[in-house]
Amino acid sequence: MTEKYNMPDQRGHFGPYGGMFVAETLIPPVQELNAAYQRYLTDPDFIAELDKDLKYYVGRPSPLYHAERWSRELGGAQIYLKREDLNHTGSHKINNTVGQALLAKRMGKTRIIAETGAGQHGVATATVAARLGLECVVYMGAVDVARQSLNVYRMKLLGATVVAVESGSKTLKDALNEALRDWVTNVDNTFYIIGTVAGPHPYPAMVRDFQAIIGRESKQQCLDATGRLPDALVACVGGGSNAIGLFYPFIDDESVKLIGVEAAGDGVATGRHSAPLCAGRPGVLHGNRTYLMADDDGEIIETHSISAGLDYPGVGPEHAWLKDTGRAEYVNITDNEALDGFYALTRMEGIIPALESSHAMAYTMKLAPAMKKDQIIIVNLSGRGDKDMQTMAKREGIEL
Amino acid sequence: MSRLAATFEELTRTGRKALVPFITAGDPTQDFTVPMMHDMVKAGVDIIELGVPFSDPMADGPVIQRASERALAHKGSLRKTLALAAEFRKTNQTTPVVLMGYLNPIEAMGYEDFANAAQRADIDGVLTVDLPPEEGQECTAFLKSRGIDTIFLLAPNSNEDRIKQMDLAGSGYLYYVSLKGVTGAGHLNTDDVQNKLQQIRSITGLPVAIGFGVKNAETAKTVAGIGDGVVVGSALISKIEENLDNPEQAKREIVALLSSMRQAMDS
Repeated sequence: MTEKYNMPDQRGHFGPYGGMFVAETLIPPVQELNAAYQRYLTDPDFIAELDKDLKYYVGRPSPLYHAERWSRELGGAQIYLKREDLNHTGSHKINNTVGQALLAKRMGKTRIIAETGAGQHGVATATVAARLGLECVVYMGAVDVARQSLNVYRMKLLGATVVAVESGSKTLKDALNEALRDWVTNVDNTFYIIGTVAGPHPYPAMVRDFQAIIGRESKQQCLDATGRLPDALVACVGGGSNAIGLFYPFIDDESVKLIGVEAAGDGVATGRHSAPLCAGRPGVLHGNRTYLMADDDGEIIETHSISAGLDYPGVGPEHAWLKDTGRAEYVNITDNEALDGFYALTRMEGIIPALESSHAMAYTMKLAPAMKKDQIIIVNLSGRGDKDMQTMAKREGIEL
Repeated sequence: MSRLAATFEELTRTGRKALVPFITAGDPTQDFTVPMMHDMVKAGVDIIELGVPFSDPMADGPVIQRASERALAHKGSLRKTLALAAEFRKTNQTTPVVLMGYLNPIEAMGYEDFANAAQRADIDGVLTVDLPPEEGQECTAFLKSRGIDTIFLLAPNSNEDRIKQMDLAGSGYLYYVSLKGVTGAGHLNTDDVQNKLQQIRSITGLPVAIGFGVKNAETAKTVAGIGDGVVVGSALISKIEENLDNPEQAKREIVALLSSMRQAMDS
């Protein structure tokens, strides 16, 4: 790439992907949001307030931790973990909700809605809503409500109303549908905080920009610690917000490999997975064109993953673009491999990762041994595993 | 002249308004749809909106969501919807049929293939909920070159620029969504709708059909007094849902409701 990366275009297109595919009632609020976002993106007061919140409320910068024992054990590249699990509320999701909540406040919105899969984005949204005294409604698939009950309780403690969505596959995509239906009904006073780099323009670009602090910090921290750029970045991809947050500031650094890890569930060959970039096709869902899990008739297929946060049939449109241009590579990790990653990090480094992040860990276990000892991998540890204790205990036959 | 234009011309000539029912193709079963369409024509409808079942109907309320789910459970699809429309056309050459649905099934088929298939099925118009004009130029062009109208939505919060854009991009008619919300929701506010229609009519000469919130003969009559057409969907599909074990009863109740609307609108 000789030209500096400059995506999306003014109408939110990343090549053929992205865009603004919404029903007419949502066009005005999406345009209003875009105008506010463009205005505040460069507003010094807004940036100062956001920086302050990220430092004192979220706890940034998050450390870049050299996993020395794990690196030694794997016998290859040096592994550095970007510790987004140490953020307030336990994942990278808060970087974005803090930003969008500040926008909501400036736009005079009094009511916040959100969708959530694993519940991390729901908790991060309920948290900022509580802090700003805004009404908060979180939509969550009924299946996810059952498998992430701890986070449901956290959201309720924070004063949010959690609505269990019973339609369709009762997971993240259906929660998004229901949040869109709420938004279309309450457009005047409601701000929809989307948790990932999906949805209509400007969400994919806006969420990326709020999450890009992960990559900016990582770059500086890596230079400070090692005097050079990493050789590879690894992050899990559901909707893809933690991955794009890490990748984005490195896109023009061609020597850095960008690797996104999708959830293969029972294995891509079984059809029971959540890996649209690896095994899907382009289509339109939830406001943008991107790779989707859909059948020949264009109906969305149910997805499968051990991690609720990766259980989504689409993916951010910028990932679709990075895949097609070859700038990023997308691989997949099965449920069982993710569990290996989960146990490895827990036992080797004393860090319990979220099941979503465990997919990135599992791929790192394949990648690192094939690299030289003086090479560097930065892995995004996007969230902590506390929320998954019930799921894990159940798998081990333990009643908590 | 397109079938839609001819229909609205004839309605204007006779001083009547269009009654436009919406049902989802293949709900509750594939063999229900075509006889239902013919029965609706007998009950006095002017245009039929045929819903294409989709797994993720984001702009629809629970009633139409469940209609989609039932149709999909019986192998409903865009292809199947086109086949049903073609079958209807074998014995009805006058009533316009408009496909209403979401973009992804059309993306999966490909715009050009879809336009060809729609032409073969003798479809008159296509309304794609999540395809606004700025994203829809390519698809609209394929349809237009085959004589098929593209119907766009307008909403209570659509501003003047937006209405102008729809006037340029759309043909056949414009569909005014009478309230902020999903299909089958709430009650429409007559004054609000009247005011908005005044603004819309000052900008476009296209006929305007009004939908969302039309539940019975009374609301149909009120809406007919404001727009050029009245769209009714969830209220009909509720009859299907209430009579899943007796589809013939569902048909009778739908015909009765549409007849009462027709009568109220014409009186």
